[in-house]
Amino acid sequence: MFSEFLQYLFTGITIGATYALIALGFTLIYNASHVINFAQGEFLMVGGMATVSLMGMGFPMPVAIIAAILLAAVLGVALQRLAIAPAKQADPVTLIIITIGASIFIRGIAQLVWGRAYHSMPNFSGSEPVTIGGAVVSTQSFWVLGVGAVLVVALVLFFTRTMTGKAILATSMNKGAARLVGIKTQSVLLLAFLLSAILGSIAGIIVAPITFTAYDIGIMLGLKGFVAASLGGLGSGMGAIVGGLLLGVVEAMTAGYISSDYKDAVAFGMIILVLFFMPRGLMGARVVERV
Amino acid sequence: MLNSLIKNRLSGLLLLTVIVFILPAFFSNPFHYDMATQIAIFATTVVGLNLLVGFAGQISLGHAGFFGLGAYFSAVMTGTYGWSPVPTLLVGAALVGLLAYVVGRPILKLKGYYLSMATLAMGFIIAITINNEGWLTGGPDGMPVPSLSLFGWELSTFSVYSFLGMEISGSLAWYWLMGVLLILGVWLAQNLIDSPIGRALRSVHGSEVAASVVGVDTAKFKNLVFVISAVYASLMGSFYAHFQGFITPDSAGFMESIIFVTMVVLGGMGSTLGVILGAVILTLLPQLLADFHDYEMMMFGLILMLTMIFMPKGLLPTLSRWLGEKMHKQAEDKA
Repeated sequence: MFSEFLQYLFTGITIGATYALIALGFTLIYNASHVINFAQGEFLMVGGMATVSLMGMGFPMPVAIIAAILLAAVLGVALQRLAIAPAKQADPVTLIIITIGASIFIRGIAQLVWGRAYHSMPNFSGSEPVTIGGAVVSTQSFWVLGVGAVLVVALVLFFTRTMTGKAILATSMNKGAARLVGIKTQSVLLLAFLLSAILGSIAGIIVAPITFTAYDIGIMLGLKGFVAASLGGLGSGMGAIVGGLLLGVVEAMTAGYISSDYKDAVAFGMIILVLFFMPRGLMGARVVERV
Repeated sequence: MLNSLIKNRLSGLLLLTVIVFILPAFFSNPFHYDMATQIAIFATTVVGLNLLVGFAGQISLGHAGFFGLGAYFSAVMTGTYGWSPVPTLLVGAALVGLLAYVVGRPILKLKGYYLSMATLAMGFIIAITINNEGWLTGGPDGMPVPSLSLFGWELSTFSVYSFLGMEISGSLAWYWLMGVLLILGVWLAQNLIDSPIGRALRSVHGSEVAASVVGVDTAKFKNLVFVISAVYASLMGSFYAHFQGFITPDSAGFMESIIFVTMVVLGGMGSTLGVILGAVILTLLPQLLADFHDYEMMMFGLILMLTMIFMPKGLLPTLSRWLGEKMHKQAEDKA
């Protein structure tokens, strides 16, 4: 009974950590530019698919992973430069459609290059799962949690200890004022997309051995990240992490105790319910609309 | 001249009517009629959605949920329970309108991306339910739908009818029905826009705070237009189900919702003729791109991106402004 619960909890935290990383990617871009990037999930797809295909060509795993992250980073920069920057005066709904267009475009290319098949990736270390309190946990889960934690600590240090990080924070708080004190807000936007792409591709790579990967996994993962980010409150880093973990655990518990067919419906139901009572998410800032 | 036609509402409606009536002269086979019928169905849906997105400024990323509910209500009630199609689609629209009313009150309090999130989630819940309740809906494989009929008279794309001594194919009859409904839908929408309700909606779009300060009950009007756009979608979903004769959960899915919103934004938010153009383009584009096989998805994404980057206000408003400037310049050159 308890081991069952533990099993679902581990599954939930593992997938939740991935959601948290996607949500952090959303948060970075949202804070810097107030754009919701619906192509966020494609960074995960590119990370996972590029790693798998490079390993298939005979490259060792670490080389494949680094190359895949670089590819996603280039993609992130290209997305900002070629699609978002030229449309800076557009309505939010227009920007949503531009990023959706970008995600369909990236998916279309991925399908051309890598085909439509589902691919599996070997665990980073040891295929033998570990048993904890009766629950069977894949070693890859520890990689997901470990890498996730390292990334979060690195982000916190980056935003609190470096001038570049503080420049991003300043831009997100007040773009005009940031520009007045000499921050190049255009490069801040670029940096936000770059970081977000790197974060996304790493998440895509570490979760690929657990979930499989294919050209079309980006849509659902991206949407889950959006749910997680809204759940925690758009723009809040802590909110993204809490939202991601909560979403993962609720999904796993629903799949385990109620019905796996309805796990996504419960996740979406939860976000509606939370927004009913907390219209800016669990940890979103209170904002007064100025007229 | 085209410019003033687009700008003036009444002549816009006239232009649309003329196009609907002339178009069959260019059609040579039933496939053309079927495409045009499909376009009319989607166009009417997005004319309704445009009231919400273009005029009231509220984003919905789950509108296919309402379309799918209407479609499945008609499919299940006429197919499984033997209800008569026309009353069924009206009852379906009333129920979907009621649902939109109940859900709309709390959801429409949300702003910006949170509203997109909530409508997206609502659409997903509807699509997932349709997918999972296979005993009722046929699940992911979909279900067949009986033909549309009224007083024992059946409208099927495969039949031939005689009307005033002329032979009319089922495809042509469907085209006339949906063409007339499109004109009716546009007429109703334009009347709504020109009424005090429309003025209230536009004030909500401009500034919700300012609107409420001058005494506009913003919550009431937003909810009203949400219900109206849901009823448009539900009715068109029902017609779509009868027209296709088969329905799958995809028609309630996220991609369909995105396509609806894209029709509105691509054609031109707030321009009734514009969103119809958006429906024409986004229905024909996959047909045109089908020849590119593997490249289809990539090209679709690219076209979507480029159009929105270079014409953020949408096709029709951009074109009509461009035309206007050109004519203005010509007039200046002459003078």
